[in-house]
Amino acid sequence: MAETHAHGAHAPVHAAPTGFIRKYIFSLDHKVIGIQYYFLALIAVWVGMFLSLLMRMHLMWPTQSFGFLEKLWPAGAQGGVMTPELYLSLLTMHGTIMVFFVLTTAPQSGFGNYILPIQIGAADMAFPTLNMLSFWVTFVAFVLMIGAFFAPGGAPLSGWTAYPPLSALTETGPGQQMGQNFWILSLAVFCIGALLGALNFITTVLDLRAKGLTLMRMPLTCWGWFVTAILGLLAFGVLLSAGVLLLMDRVAGTSFFIPGGLIVNDKIIDHTGGSPLLWQHLFWFFGHPEVYIAILPSMCIVSQCLSTFARKPIFGYRAMVYAVCGIGAIGFAVWGHHMFISGMSPYTSMVFSVLTMAIGVPSAIKTFNWIGTLWGAKIRFTTPMLYSVGFVSLFVTGGLSGIFLGQPSLDLYFHDTYFVVAHFHLIMGVASIFGIFVGTYYWFPKMFARRMNETLGKLHFWITFIGTNAIFGPMHYLGVAAHPRRYSELTGVKYLAALEPLQHFITIAAFITIAGQFIFLFNFIWTLWKGERCTEENPWQSTTLEWTVPSPPPHDNFGGKEVVVNYGPYEYAVPGAPRDYVMQTDPPGVKVSSH
Amino acid sequence: MRFLLAAVIWLVGAALALPFFLKTWWPPEAISEHARTVDGQFMLTLIVTGIIFIAAQGALGWVVFQYGRQRSEAASYSHGNNTAEVIWTTLTGILFIGATLTGQHVWAKVHTMGAPAGAIQIELTGQQFAWNVRYPGPDGKFGMLDLKQINDQGGNPLGIDSKDPAGKDDLMSPTMPAPAGRPVELILRSKDVTHSFFVPELRLKQDAVPGMSIRIHFTAEKPGTYELPCAELCGLGHYKMRTFLEVMEPAKYEQWLQEKLKEKQQ
Repeated sequence: MAETHAHGAHAPVHAAPTGFIRKYIFSLDHKVIGIQYYFLALIAVWVGMFLSLLMRMHLMWPTQSFGFLEKLWPAGAQGGVMTPELYLSLLTMHGTIMVFFVLTTAPQSGFGNYILPIQIGAADMAFPTLNMLSFWVTFVAFVLMIGAFFAPGGAPLSGWTAYPPLSALTETGPGQQMGQNFWILSLAVFCIGALLGALNFITTVLDLRAKGLTLMRMPLTCWGWFVTAILGLLAFGVLLSAGVLLLMDRVAGTSFFIPGGLIVNDKIIDHTGGSPLLWQHLFWFFGHPEVYIAILPSMCIVSQCLSTFARKPIFGYRAMVYAVCGIGAIGFAVWGHHMFISGMSPYTSMVFSVLTMAIGVPSAIKTFNWIGTLWGAKIRFTTPMLYSVGFVSLFVTGGLSGIFLGQPSLDLYFHDTYFVVAHFHLIMGVASIFGIFVGTYYWFPKMFARRMNETLGKLHFWITFIGTNAIFGPMHYLGVAAHPRRYSELTGVKYLAALEPLQHFITIAAFITIAGQFIFLFNFIWTLWKGERCTEENPWQSTTLEWTVPSPPPHDNFGGKEVVVNYGPYEYAVPGAPRDYVMQTDPPGVKVSSH
Repeated sequence: MRFLLAAVIWLVGAALALPFFLKTWWPPEAISEHARTVDGQFMLTLIVTGIIFIAAQGALGWVVFQYGRQRSEAASYSHGNNTAEVIWTTLTGILFIGATLTGQHVWAKVHTMGAPAGAIQIELTGQQFAWNVRYPGPDGKFGMLDLKQINDQGGNPLGIDSKDPAGKDDLMSPTMPAPAGRPVELILRSKDVTHSFFVPELRLKQDAVPGMSIRIHFTAEKPGTYELPCAELCGLGHYKMRTFLEVMEPAKYEQWLQEKLKEKQQ
């Protein structure tokens, strides 16, 4: 890789703000913006989790009356009993909020914003004002999304995938009036924020690296955020345009996605000429890379922590970098595996299935390298380490079910069953959230100069690891027994009655796991105010640049000093070194082996 | 800590895998040759992924257990091993891509080859929240449709055009009778939003997309009544949108057809 000529010292540095508003609200500081994104995701994840709890309660007690439900949704839960349309709107909002405002927001925009500039030795992101704008645009998107709940008719019920004509016509059900418009607008605005953020990340990585920090010396986390930003730049534009087209179909009389000859709810629809499959192509052209947008940063945060707490260099650094790039590249050529049974040409399915299996290979490489990193290690069982190991275990479980779904012949059976729900929750949802937990426990001392309580952290890990497996493991069995997904009740189809005990087990597991998350919330908030102080620069004896600056880092990160990098990112246990780790900025002279 | 973490990884892994060994929750009985080939492909994939699953979770637990112990010497200093990378990349490539290649013929038989000669045609049209089943009648031709003649209550939910002679003998049915052992070509349509045809016993699923007529075919062998739920989110009644595939002995099917025709002519 070519040596970069631009160094951190050239970063445009803005003066430290003095007033409250410029310091904490409309801040240009990447660290404040990172924390803002993180808190947005934290609020969103509790909303999303609450919605999933309501759905699980309904599946367990479909006829039970809950007074609070009627208070929250007077129309959707008359007499306290949830209607099918309320269930579907909760399902839609749960998926959308989790995917966009949690999984896309926290690992990339949250940690990426805070840590990336410091890890590459820059004083800030390349475009600080754009950065501020990205956050506030995303915030507006979140307000619009929550607004869908309050729209006439309530939140939309077409799922996070919003397949037209269900999503394109107001006649198809309650929530399909203003609620769906809010939903589309929110996503469009979100896409704009994500595009701005992606540009900023890419420019920052390419232009602002410190002297000596070649691409092949970047921490894997930076690779994760870099490749994710490229995916975002290429994917969100497509979702944005698809969203605009869908909105036009709804409000401007166009027919991009609505074919002729429809009759909905006894009403003849006068649209003509559109294609429902066009939406699916556009949506999944975005939607599949989105899966990697959610998981790549987490994979790389986990890589960083596995190496740190194994006290051992990452196994196969180059292979890891190539795997991340490979996943990013092939990730754009596999969207058709979401559409095997959609009615598209069956020949394309055969091609998409081979490409889909091909993307399993770099994913497997990463898993082997994680286990290789632990081989011969000297493990420190900190909370971020427990979560990193838990991530690898979940990644294996969630990844292997993809080998079933990637085959069109098996997808004929498993498509749109709980097997799919199990698969994407484990690999995209829970695994990515484990990455967020790793980042939180690991970087908390750097961000807030306090250390989260380890005993509570470990307790939280045991409950969450066992709990999420207990929720999503049995969903595989539901899928094997042909249980279709997105069913608000089990009474409509006879053979589902036999699966009710499994559904009840999942609900109980969800209750326990969600209760366990209060331990995290308490630990987080309590530590912020009262937790153990940790002003050490490098409490974990890590090697990357963020551990060379004070906690929390000053406004311009490095105090104007020029940063010079002499080593790769994961030099642990180097024979002959003065201590068991060599920081990237340590003076030259330690003999390290090449990787 | 190392004991606990390794034990939890192994136990969770074992608990997840066990029902697959015991077949506690399993697909319903396969009722066609296609369904049995799908099951074969499922078992092959299950064995391959099962071995990888046990090996990977086992290895993860083992390294945690082995290298989590307190000791004085440092961790081993290694940046990796290129030979190992090449070997496991090649192996997974062969296994994963091999798995999908072995299953391509199962897919191709249903989708890229047309229905066998002599197949009877059945048209299945989804609407919020019911399936409409139509048979072409003795002339073997479906009548044209006219949106304006749609009358759900009057027994013409599809709007079969009264002016088209081919439509005179079309038969509508609330369930989907089909003769055992005879190939059926299914024509899938939708009146409003996307629905999906799914009969677990046939291991067959296909979206019914508005604006499209999608053809698939199957040959059910075993007489019986099989539930046919909707598998694509179609609105608030999605959970109760279903009908039944009724596989009958051919003679009984003919008898049903004749009765249905007589009923229509009265």
